[in-house]
Amino acid sequence: MGLSESEPLDTSAIRDDFPILEREFRGEQLVYLDNAATSQTPDQVVDNIAHYYRNTNANVHRGLHHLSQEASIAYEEAHDRVAEFIGAEGREEVVFTKNTTESMNTVAYAWGLAELGPGDEIVLTEMEHHAALVTWQQIAKKTGAEVKYIRVDDEGYLDMDHARELITDDTEMVSVVHVSNTLGTINPVTEIGEIAHDNDALYFVDGAQSVPHMPVDVQDIDADFFAFSGHKMCGPTGIGVLYGKEHLLEEMQPYLYGGMMIEKVTYEESTWHELPWKFEAGTPPISEGIALAEACDYLDDIGMERVRRHGEELAEYAYDRLSEFEDINILGPGGDDRSALVSFNLDGVHAHDASEILNEYAVAVRAGDHCTQPLHDKLGVSSSTRASFYIYNTKAEVDKLIDALDEARQLFA
Amino acid sequence: MGIGGSDMYRQQILDHYKNPRNYGEIEEATFTHVGENPMCGDTIEMDVVLDDDEEAIERVAFRGDGCAISQASASMLSEQLAGMSVADLEEMDRDDVVDMLGVDISPMRIKCAVLAEKVAQDGAEIYFGEKDVDRTTTEDDEE
Repeated sequence: MGLSESEPLDTSAIRDDFPILEREFRGEQLVYLDNAATSQTPDQVVDNIAHYYRNTNANVHRGLHHLSQEASIAYEEAHDRVAEFIGAEGREEVVFTKNTTESMNTVAYAWGLAELGPGDEIVLTEMEHHAALVTWQQIAKKTGAEVKYIRVDDEGYLDMDHARELITDDTEMVSVVHVSNTLGTINPVTEIGEIAHDNDALYFVDGAQSVPHMPVDVQDIDADFFAFSGHKMCGPTGIGVLYGKEHLLEEMQPYLYGGMMIEKVTYEESTWHELPWKFEAGTPPISEGIALAEACDYLDDIGMERVRRHGEELAEYAYDRLSEFEDINILGPGGDDRSALVSFNLDGVHAHDASEILNEYAVAVRAGDHCTQPLHDKLGVSSSTRASFYIYNTKAEVDKLIDALDEARQLFA
Repeated sequence: MGIGGSDMYRQQILDHYKNPRNYGEIEEATFTHVGENPMCGDTIEMDVVLDDDEEAIERVAFRGDGCAISQASASMLSEQLAGMSVADLEEMDRDDVVDMLGVDISPMRIKCAVLAEKVAQDGAEIYFGEKDVDRTTTEDDEE
């Protein structure tokens, strides 16, 4: 688009790339505010997938024919593109997985099961998504390691004094969510990484809610591992990324075994393919991986700094508008310090009821515990309603959310 | 659509939600049972009084917390159960609950709708020694 980073997004031009946003339900035009669950997919990415299947489709790595060679090159180059997008050294550090959860499990099983034992500690935060929380909890049960949680304070920030207290010589892994999918809190991941490394612990950052919304450089953060999903950043479902420092991935044994990930196989022994293929067993998500690279192009054309500013502006606007009402309780930090989402509860209206009323006005939000059940328990609420924003959303859509909430309020009054 | 259904039924559900019938406790209940939807946080605790032959339900009281569908369903069921035979209660299924509510229930909300019915049924089965659970959770019977 060639605009400077300081200019705001042209949402109307962006919306042209997303025909799904024109959909109407019973005469109401869709207001899609469930982007933290999954973002919509621009024509460029949809076309990329269609083009792949119409022109290139073949299995990768093994065929000597034209199509397989083209597919292999495109698939491998997609790793390069994603590496560039997050500031990794190269494709060796970028493993394609199914999603953030599988990336988390890859490290938990390949590294955690092998390295952890009684006396070892895994430090998480109270705002972890189940993807990290449940995974490390179960690895701890299998290995005898112990999980500890960095406290979330009343305003929705991590208690960094508590972090410094919890992370010790016994800590082997610190796994922290970059941006909370429930609170919208942007965590100080660089600072936490320093504490982890000072104590010789490995450091895993869950970037599912950060990579789609802000410029991310895994080397600046100094994360040992970093995970995110394609479908929250204009890409398709079925593709996720595990970034790992090359020497760590090199030392780790594979998580999944099978075809593609091997070098030499006899009836007795096998040796492993080079990185990152060692961690990509079986036929990988080929078109999805290539489409993810297209999504990176799409977002970079807009400019990630502008993507970030747009999301934060909408979140602040939504926060301010929701704050006008005394019967609305917002979870997490203030409006000027959060990523592109706002979770809240309307007094006397269960989140599921609120979202159903909003749905009548074609306002799509998420209601529930957003895969952070223990955090909701801690906050004393069973669920919340979450509005989450992306590049195509507008302040007018936030206003429509507020109006629809007023209908819910009237109905339940 | 649940409460997004036709206006008459929606009003009925909202009325039961805002003014629940038989809300409270019955100290001399024949049995009491509790259930929840862990995912939603809906809870229902129900007291049931059976007649002397223990064949029919005399009256029901409940208390709980949760979404409009779960609480209205409990309120409406508490009225419907009075006078019903225990055998008929045990025969009830999700279709009966949906009929009672009078609105289409989306797959996501069906657990909310049937919670009260499950609590009443499990309570009776536990009382008659046919089942052994502490709490009813709708997660156990995905349909």
